[in-house]
Order: sequence, then structure tokens, then C-alpha cells
Amino acid sequence: MAVFTRGFGGRRPEPERPLPPGQHLTQDFPVLSTGPTPNVDASRWELTVRTESGTEHRWDRAALQALPAEDVTVDIHCVTRWSKHDTHWRGVPVDAFFEDVETAADFVVAHSYGGYTTNLPLDDLLDGRAWVVFEYEGEPLAPVHGGPVRLLVPHLYFWKSAKWLRGLVLHEHDEPGFWEQNGYHLYGDPWSEQRYS
Amino acid sequence: MSLWHVAQVVAVERLTASARALTLSVPGFVEAVAGQHVDLRLTAPDGYQAVRAYSLARVGRDEVVEIAVDRIPGGEVSGFLVDDAQVGDRMEVRGPLGGFFVWRPDDVGPVQLVAGGSGVVPLAAMVRSRAAAGSPAPFRLLCSVRTRADAFWADELSSSPGVETTWVYTREVPPGVTRPAGRLSADDVAAHVLAPGESPRVFVCGPTGFVEAAAALLLDAGHDPDLVRTERFGGA
Ligand SMILES: Cc1cc2nc3c(=O)[nH]c(=O)nc-3n(C[C@H](O)[C@H](O)[C@H](O)COP(=O)(O)OP(=O)(O)OC[C@H]3O[C@@H](n4cnc5c(N)ncnc54)[C@H](O)[C@@H]3O)c2cc1C
Repeated sequence: MAVFTRGFGGRRPEPERPLPPGQHLTQDFPVLSTGPTPNVDASRWELTVRTESGTEHRWDRAALQALPAEDVTVDIHCVTRWSKHDTHWRGVPVDAFFEDVETAADFVVAHSYGGYTTNLPLDDLLDGRAWVVFEYEGEPLAPVHGGPVRLLVPHLYFWKSAKWLRGLVLHEHDEPGFWEQNGYHLYGDPWSEQRYS
Repeated sequence: MSLWHVAQVVAVERLTASARALTLSVPGFVEAVAGQHVDLRLTAPDGYQAVRAYSLARVGRDEVVEIAVDRIPGGEVSGFLVDDAQVGDRMEVRGPLGGFFVWRPDDVGPVQLVAGGSGVVPLAAMVRSRAAAGSPAPFRLLCSVRTRADAFWADELSSSPGVETTWVYTREVPPGVTRPAGRLSADDVAAHVLAPGESPRVFVCGPTGFVEAAAALLLDAGHDPDLVRTERFGGA
């Protein structure tokens, strides 16, 4: 049974379209991270994909720029309960990084400069549902929001969209990442409100 | 952990012109650690709900939640909590939440606390937890506030035995203070923060812009990023 709060009216900005349960719209772009923003030198940035057998595939800045990029407009949902409609990004679909990767693994742990990790099923990164992005709203991605390069997985809570991305490591079993070891949900679907484990 | 507890306001206390402390009675709420927060949920008569996070200002008493809220201009929830909420009002609480931005009394290593504005709330919980446990851990607290009148619990935090507290003022300086008004600077960090060589655990909390700026100053001063923990309250 709901507990009503006397005197609280609320000021609901009417969302143009439904929000996941327990979320509210924000106009600005809050920041969630557990430590200082790491200084990642864009000229020395690298992304490594490592398979379960240890084979590594690498891209530096120039190799990233040589891949076909696209503009993406998506809604994002943070577990701290803000959502933001129609955010604009530019980046490369994750599929492009897996074209030459031989794997039978079903799970990925994304690794960040600064030590952050988060786990995802590989399928959630493929089929045009996730991107490796380097621009936000037409500007190079700012360090505080994960620049120079972050993961963008808009259909999951935003902690899955690892900032300061440096590696995708394939695993046969689902290995909990940082927040997932700290009480957050292994999968994190905002529409079924999978916040906590 | 994912359970909402019914909470009732049992005390309110004005802290500054824009902030109040609220004490809630929350049956079922147990085992909070200093630095943790709760989600607070308000429900309007038509069923509309708003949820915001608030840090615990003090821990150690089960079934009691103490928070302190600063009014954000135009803010939906903070405005209600600072101006309208009364003793007897009911709301819901989930928590305690967060297992990373925490200090436990069995950790006796040196600790540096850095607060901007209402970011002092979870750090005050750490100072109080230290005092209650009689912990020997060396503590320093560096607080940035607009003016002296904007400081939360200034007397208590300045006189907690074994805690060295420094206030810096961004807008207006009280009489007798020589440092001019201004944002936290590298000089402030050099003068008041435990040296990186002592490997203090550092907790930085406040509005996002403050945390970004302060954490960058700490890294520039040589602090190990792995020892710096941050809690960003929001805003630009
Ligand atoms: C882990 C955590 C702990 C927190 N603990 C505390 C606490 O102990 N005390 C406290 O007062 N607040 C705390 N906050 C902030 C709190 O959750 C709310 O964001 C804040 O009270 C504003 O909510 P609102 O509904 O009034 O504003 P909203 O209606 O949500 O926002 C109004 C406007 O203010 C901006 N805004 C939101 N938060 C801030 C901010 N902190 N500074 C500047 N601008 C802001 C918004 O972006 C928006 O533009 C905490 C936040 C987090 C994530």
C-alpha cells in the first residue's frame, strides 16, 4: 500500500514518452563514478578485445577513426534515477570490433582506464545495440563523461556504458563487474527495474 | 536491500537559511555505515512519486535515519524537505545503500575528508562515527562553503577531538580570516590536506563540479587515484 506524503505535490515534467519505472527526466547530465576522473591521453588511447583463449585484437585512435562511425540518438537511464531523452552520440557499433574475433564465449567484461569494470552478455553488445563512442552532442567526449572513448549501451542502466573504455574481455561465465559486486544487478534492465541484485 | 521502509519525520532542525536536518523513524532500517546514503521516496495524493538520494548524517542507531538537505533553487524534492516537511509526515526509505564511499571505525589509517557545501553530510557521519568509536585514526576535514552562515554543524565539526578541521569560503570571508574568498585551490590543498606520502584515504563529496575540481587538485598534488573516493551529489 502506498504511503502518501502530506503536502507533497511534486512537479512532474510530462515526459513525451514513457519512462522506465522509478525514473525522472533530467535536462542536464549528472555524473556517477566512484573516484577521480582519470586523465586518459587521447593520443595513447587503445582498445583491446581479448578472447577466452587469450587472443588480443587492438585498435588505437587512428584505427578507431578508420572504422565506419554513425550518429546515434538514444534515451539513457541511470540507476540513480535520472533519464535523459534524445542524447546524441557519434561512434562505431561494437559489431565492427567483433568481425574478426573468434569466440564461443557468451559474456564480456568491459574494462576502463582507472580500473572500473562492468559485465554484459555479448549479445547485448551486438546487432547495432551498442557503440564505442567518442563524441557527445557534436563535441569530443569530455573526460568527466568518459572521454576520450566510452561504451554506449542505452538499453541497459547507464553504469553498463563503461566510461574511459580500454578493453572488452570475453568470458564463458558471467563475471560481476565493479557495481555488480557491490549489490547492483548483474544485467540491469531499466524497464524491469533491475537496479539491485 | 530493495525493500521500501515506511518512514516518519520525528524531528526537524534548521541548519542554515537554505538547509534543514531531518530525523526519521524507520522501523526495519539497520546496520548503516558512515558514508552510505538512502533513497527517499515521496508520493503525492495522485500517486505521483519522486525519489532522491540523501546521505546519512549520522549512523549507529538502528531504525533512525538522520539526513540534512540543502535547498536547490527550483528543486522538486529538496524544496519540499527544507520548507514544507513537518514532524509526523510519512515517506519511504530504501537502504542503507552504497558500499564503496564508506569509512569503518576498524580502519585506523589516516583519513582526509574534503567537502563542498552539503557534501559535508556523509563526511560528518564519518567524523561522528570516529568519535563514537573512540577511533585513533588521524582525520582531517577540509570544507568549502559560500559563507560562514552556510556551514553545517560548524562548531561540532571544528571541535571534534583528534580531527583537524579547516573551512574555506568561496563568497564572503568572516572577520579575521586572511585567505581571500575563492574556490578551493592548489594552495589550499598544499596547506590543509594530509600529504600524499602519508597515503591517506581521501573522501571527496559535494556538487559534481566541486568534486571534479577537488579530485583533479588532489591528483595533481600526487594523491593515488586508488585512494581517492568520490560522491557526486549532482548539478553542473
Ligand atoms: C549519493 C547521493 C547522496 C546525496 N546526498 C545529499 C545530501 O546529503 N544532502 C543534499 O542536500 N543533497 C544530497 N544529494 C542530492 C539530492 O539527491 C538531490 O539531487 C537534491 O536534493 C536535488 O533534488 P531536487 O528534487 O530538489 O532537485 P531537482 O528537481 O531534481 O533538480 C532541480 C535542478 O537542480 C539541479 N541539481 C540537482 N542536484 C543538484 C546539486 N546537488 N547541486 C546543484 N544543482 C543540482 C538539477 O540538475 C536540476 O537542474 C545526494 C545525491 C546523491 C547522488
